[in-house]
Amino acid sequence: MATAQTRNLARTMMAPAVVLLFIWMIVPLVMTLWFSFQNYSLINPMMTGFAGLANYTYVISDPSFVQALINTLILVLGVLIITVIGGTFIALLLDQPIWGQGILRILVISPFFVMPPVAALIWKNGFMHADYGLISHLMRFVGLKPIDWFAQYPLLSVIIIVAWQWLPFATLILLTALQSLSEEQREAAEMDGANAVNRFWYIIMPHMSRAVTIVILIQTIFLLGIFAEIRVTTGGGPGFASTNIAFLVFRTGILSNDIGAGSAGGVVAVIIANIVAFFLMRAVGKNLDA
Amino acid sequence: MKLTPFIVGALSLALVGTASAETITIAVVNNDDMIRMQALSPAFTAASGVDVNWVVLEENTLRQNVTTDIATNGGQYDVMMIGPYEAPVWAKQGWLTPLDALAADPGFDIDDLLPAMRGALSVDGTLYASPFYGESSMVYYRKDLMEKAGLTMPDAPTWEFIGKAARAMTDRANDINGICLRGKAGWGENMAFLTAMSNSFGARWFDESWHPQFDQPEWKATLDTYLSLMADAGPAGASSNGYNENMTLFQQGKCGMWIDATVAASALIGDKSTVADQVGFALAPDTGLGKRGNWLWTWALAVPKSSQHADAAQKFINWATNKAYIETVAAKEGWANVPPGTRTSLYNNPAYQAAAPFAKTTLDSINSADPQHPTVKPVPYVGVQFAAIPEFAGIATNVGQLFSAALAGQMSADDALKQAQDSTTRDMTRAGYIK
Amino acid sequence: MARNVSTQAKVGFTIGAWAIALLLFSPILWVILTAFKTEAEAIANPPTFLPEHFTLENFGAVQDRSDYIKHVTNSILVSVGSTLLGLIIGIPAAWSMAFAPSKKTKDILMWMLSTKMMPAVGVLIPIYLIFRDLHLLDTVHGLTIIMTLINLPIIIWMLYTYFKEIPVDILEAARMDGAELWNEITHVLVPMAVPGIASTLLLNVILAWNEAFWTITLTSGRAGTLTAFISSFSSPQGLFLAKLSAASLLAIAPILILGWFSQKQLVRGLTFGAVK
Repeated sequence: MATAQTRNLARTMMAPAVVLLFIWMIVPLVMTLWFSFQNYSLINPMMTGFAGLANYTYVISDPSFVQALINTLILVLGVLIITVIGGTFIALLLDQPIWGQGILRILVISPFFVMPPVAALIWKNGFMHADYGLISHLMRFVGLKPIDWFAQYPLLSVIIIVAWQWLPFATLILLTALQSLSEEQREAAEMDGANAVNRFWYIIMPHMSRAVTIVILIQTIFLLGIFAEIRVTTGGGPGFASTNIAFLVFRTGILSNDIGAGSAGGVVAVIIANIVAFFLMRAVGKNLDA
Repeated sequence: MKLTPFIVGALSLALVGTASAETITIAVVNNDDMIRMQALSPAFTAASGVDVNWVVLEENTLRQNVTTDIATNGGQYDVMMIGPYEAPVWAKQGWLTPLDALAADPGFDIDDLLPAMRGALSVDGTLYASPFYGESSMVYYRKDLMEKAGLTMPDAPTWEFIGKAARAMTDRANDINGICLRGKAGWGENMAFLTAMSNSFGARWFDESWHPQFDQPEWKATLDTYLSLMADAGPAGASSNGYNENMTLFQQGKCGMWIDATVAASALIGDKSTVADQVGFALAPDTGLGKRGNWLWTWALAVPKSSQHADAAQKFINWATNKAYIETVAAKEGWANVPPGTRTSLYNNPAYQAAAPFAKTTLDSINSADPQHPTVKPVPYVGVQFAAIPEFAGIATNVGQLFSAALAGQMSADDALKQAQDSTTRDMTRAGYIK
Repeated sequence: MARNVSTQAKVGFTIGAWAIALLLFSPILWVILTAFKTEAEAIANPPTFLPEHFTLENFGAVQDRSDYIKHVTNSILVSVGSTLLGLIIGIPAAWSMAFAPSKKTKDILMWMLSTKMMPAVGVLIPIYLIFRDLHLLDTVHGLTIIMTLINLPIIIWMLYTYFKEIPVDILEAARMDGAELWNEITHVLVPMAVPGIASTLLLNVILAWNEAFWTITLTSGRAGTLTAFISSFSSPQGLFLAKLSAASLLAIAPILILGWFSQKQLVRGLTFGAVK
């Protein structure tokens, strides 16, 4: 169907988007690469000149670099596991005949509309505060000693906050997928005498696999760059217990005003993101054709 | 000819129009005194015809935004709130406009500024930032709880006494912590406190050849004292408590003592405080080595070189840091609530002395802090609770994280000190101080 | 819901679903309740559930300190502006990818998505320098451009997956009638694509509204959005929880209400090709 004319037209229509995104990608990337090989401190103009690989060795030898890598991984995987399993569960529940479905859906979807700094502030001051947080009140009420969340379980606290923000998104996509499962398919399965567990494993799960992949792909893109939540709540600490790669780059580049090292960290982060992307895209790319 | 008055009128209107259309952007920290300044600023606009565009941000965000802006010559701000750490470093880079117009104005009366503040904000005798308020640190304590514990706070306590009193005052069942101290990581948060405290233990950040000193016994004594004190008598969640959080705790009656900025005094005896009539003041503690654990800081207003409205900006600074501003606040909110610690005349004012029982301790604390000789041993840097080198903020941010982790129980004091030593050595080597 | 389920099961499911929904909603509910309490009540121990002394003073205090109307206007301009701009650029691109795909289409799509993986903190200084030189710092249009670029990959992908589901034979029929390409788009494609476009629009308004890095670092006083607004209330002095809650409520209310009213439209296109 694609004649030469439509092909040209198609190219013309794609051009603005492709060109814009290319500029958006390449200009900061080239500048970041350039800075990463320079001695460049924001607050010390005396530091200039070619740095060779010094910025890279500095970042990679950072005592918290390995921990930041691990934390990034735990953060992404932790949130993905909670949101996919929790989202599936809630989607299955919302798909049942229940009273008040409309309002329920509104309640469940709401956290998605809360901006990250507000979400972090709500959890930090309203819920997880060791003294007057609601969780502390509840724990005291049942006779337990309140937990100092951000000191004792910093990374878990961040995971909880982020998972709360993304659970609605996962639930919605999974619910839409679930509801597209035709009534006949379900009824056929029921008539075959398949019990609920079998129906879930052999009918629903395969049908949802594609939606799960989509959830994982989109969330990973956002989760790799989690930053506002960490900054507002733990500041990457205590120690480096909740420092991820994005926050490490922020600490080196911005808090220490060392643009050279910060840029090197940025390049490292891009490389890591691309490694993740490579595997993800292969997984999803397969699914996109299916 | 009849048209002339109209033209003149229209022209002058147009001129007035453009004059009042001038707008300056001011970036300040979201502390109470600054919020009060924001509320009073319409008076400045009415008098000068200069509109004010406020950027009121939490301290860390503000620092990051103004540093990025001034270092890249961004020109987003006309007036910035900075401190004695930034002022000399930035002035030496040529990033700040000298406040000559201010210094030359007899109405501003530059000689009235407290010498400690003026010195901390000047380079080679030129003023680069004008102090909005100034502070040292001192001990706040609850008279009622001290009495209940059977103790009397001396005017100049030792760390030993503080430790004893804190443990005696602690009453976990009634939610009373003997002492509240900063634990939140940050070079301006826990490190400001701990560095000042370490001075009284004879510790220092660097020796004369810029080698970090965290492997020395003085730092170990400092950190051990701090950690055991906080474990025995500190509040829950201390590792996320900074200045603001501790002030709230003290105001709610949950702290027996609090060692922090002198500027907090008026809030502790103000109407937001539930313990207003029981607050006592004392000098920051020492260990008999000749230095007390009190710092020197001021939030001051400066004009970046990149500002397009430097004249209007200086006019604003003149308004906000003048004696007249202090009187305006006094008339509206009472003498106890004026921005303290900047002017000699304030401390000679009988009305202020009567309204502010903390005035004498504040002034004594400010005068006893010596940025040139912060600790017992000689140091190559200037600054009491910081070292005025460009790299300090980044280095102390890391060390602050480690000490905060020690407070949270995530690592031992020895580990924290060792990692602090390693990380600081690494950064000082990179910056070229250690050859 | 044609399935026959016993009333007993329905009661069980309903209770379970409500419990979870309320749990998820509780942080927001707590903010709403706290915003109307006095500062002392907000941190009282034991806490009160409903405000004992219902008060609006927190909202007054918040407005005194920070001009809400200015920030909310900027948020609307940036989120809606960037989304519309993104749609103008994204619709043609998604159309051609969906209906005139080539071997490279999938790669281009994946490459576009991968531009989102660049950590914002790593490129702050380059972007800041560019913005300074183009005089875009602290401008609404500068922020709009950034938001457009950030969200363009998501816009194109959403539209692409949606367009792909439009049956091609309808387009072929239209072509046989001799309809011009433009007519094909406006009269055939657009009406069918409207739900998908609406859903894309909503999602991207939400994403742009909630973006909290560039909106804070690239603005000072004039172009600050609600994320900058909230940043002046974090870690303030004294008793602040009620005021913080009031500011939080003000910051999220517009998008929350938009989301509630448009959730059907939002959900309809929110499949990213997950449903076949």
